[in-house]
Amino acid sequence: MIIQTFGITKRYKNITAVNHIDLSIEEGKIFGLLGPNGAGKTTLLSMLATLIPPTEGTAKVNGHDIRKEPGKVRASIGMVFQTPSSDEILTGRENLYLHALLYGVPKEEREKRIEDVLELVDLADRANDLVKTYSGGMRRRLELARGLLHRPKILFLDEPTLGLDPQTRQHIWDYIKRLSKEQGVTIIITTHYMEEADSLCDRVAIIDHGEIKALDSPSMLKMKVGKSMIKARVESPNLDYIRGLPYVIKAEAKDGTVTIILSEAGAHIQEILCNLGNVSFVELREPTLNDVFLQITGKEMRVESAEGWAEVYARAGSR
Amino acid sequence: MSDLWGIYALWYREVKVFLREKSRLVSSTVNPLIWLVAFGGGLGASISIGGAGYQAFIFPGVLMLVVLFTTIFFGLYVVWDKKIDFFKEVLVSPLKRTSIFVGKMLGGCTDGLIQSGIIILFGPLFGINYTAYSLGLVILFVLLLAMGTTSLGLAIGSQMTSFEGFGLVQSFVILPLFFLSGALYPIDNLPAWLSWITYANPLTYIVDGMRGALLGESSFPIVLDLGVAAAYVAVLVAIGTFAFKKMT
Repeated sequence: MIIQTFGITKRYKNITAVNHIDLSIEEGKIFGLLGPNGAGKTTLLSMLATLIPPTEGTAKVNGHDIRKEPGKVRASIGMVFQTPSSDEILTGRENLYLHALLYGVPKEEREKRIEDVLELVDLADRANDLVKTYSGGMRRRLELARGLLHRPKILFLDEPTLGLDPQTRQHIWDYIKRLSKEQGVTIIITTHYMEEADSLCDRVAIIDHGEIKALDSPSMLKMKVGKSMIKARVESPNLDYIRGLPYVIKAEAKDGTVTIILSEAGAHIQEILCNLGNVSFVELREPTLNDVFLQITGKEMRVESAEGWAEVYARAGSR
Repeated sequence: MSDLWGIYALWYREVKVFLREKSRLVSSTVNPLIWLVAFGGGLGASISIGGAGYQAFIFPGVLMLVVLFTTIFFGLYVVWDKKIDFFKEVLVSPLKRTSIFVGKMLGGCTDGLIQSGIIILFGPLFGINYTAYSLGLVILFVLLLAMGTTSLGLAIGSQMTSFEGFGLVQSFVILPLFFLSGALYPIDNLPAWLSWITYANPLTYIVDGMRGALLGESSFPIVLDLGVAAAYVAVLVAIGTFAFKKMT
């Protein structure tokens, strides 16, 4: 286990941001911390990165205790922050050079590694431009490159695609997957995008109010909810009948929409539709992590606007 | 060992940023020149202070003003670094906090030296004639002043959470230090209350040392001036290092 936490807890004046979390993360995997804003993901990550001390409990990162050997922990990790942290008055290459110096990359390797990571994130042709001329996606890629420069065993990515457009997001996901596969880096990401956790992570911990509510692979998590899901708009649904069917796991009506979770929809959809009532619209789909989240926490994940990050950039640019 | 590279990295970044922000460089060159030309020239026309004219008399003070403003605001900018998370990237690196402080401090000193170097070049226009000795001594005082004041700025900046404190620092730190240092008037005939404050101000001795070196007019022995400047650095570097260790 490359990361292990032991009842790690962070309390602020009147809130408990992280509440006695015990977690083990395997080497070489992509591990996701999924939860709404304010769930405690970033706080947990910051503690693992030794940026803030835990109130209680501790953790081992790459075999080093975060309380006793913060220096060794920091030497084993790379971190990409939620908000932009590259220096925009410097060029991409200069940012990487600084990082190489800060992390003590040996002199004779600096140049080559900088070229390598630039290549990896497709920024080689823009490396000598000032970062302030980069788009949001390019900055993210630069920060990813930077996080890899000192060849950390573990890479923390805090909301790696926050505020990026879908296409760029897809690109970043590809990079992250490639990194994990080609470099064998253990990657821990926090996210509140369901699809991100679903498409990237080998294992996902659903975190809410500072506690882990569920932990498994995305497919196993979805299996727990049920194999299939039917959503239908029905005027006066005959729920009691539906609930009585042996293959139905759960059936609920809310605002005129009926949600039925069942073990296998294909074979039974006919029977359900015939007995449900006056159906005006029907949708049959596989459950998503959103459904998992809904079932575990009893609430929807808030969908954030894509503006958040862009705003931070705008502010950073107004220096 | 690798910390030396890290210190170099921080220094390199600060100097690059400083040299790239041309507008800042220009404005902090023009400000002191206005002081010298307008204030020095205007007031100097109706009073006679100092053997070489009033402009030459306030030249060391204006040099100090340049270093004060450049370095203290450099230090306070740590608040900004913390905001854009650039600094977190530094804090999460294996670099020791003390090394981060040293790197930043050296960066601020270099800024202060470059900025005051430009003003020093204008010296002959205001009646200042340099010798190797006087130039060397002035640069030494500038360096000590820059080290101490950058540390002061970093110490304050590391504990601040927003920019709102900037005005307070200006009103309660920079301006009193400057105006109560004898930068603009001789300190030998002051009323008792003012002279006590002036004697307690470490910058008084730095201005006096520079004036002694450049114009041969001083109120204290050079050894005392240098001693106070060194103490100024020692105390503020210690405070700054401590503040950085406490920073979150």
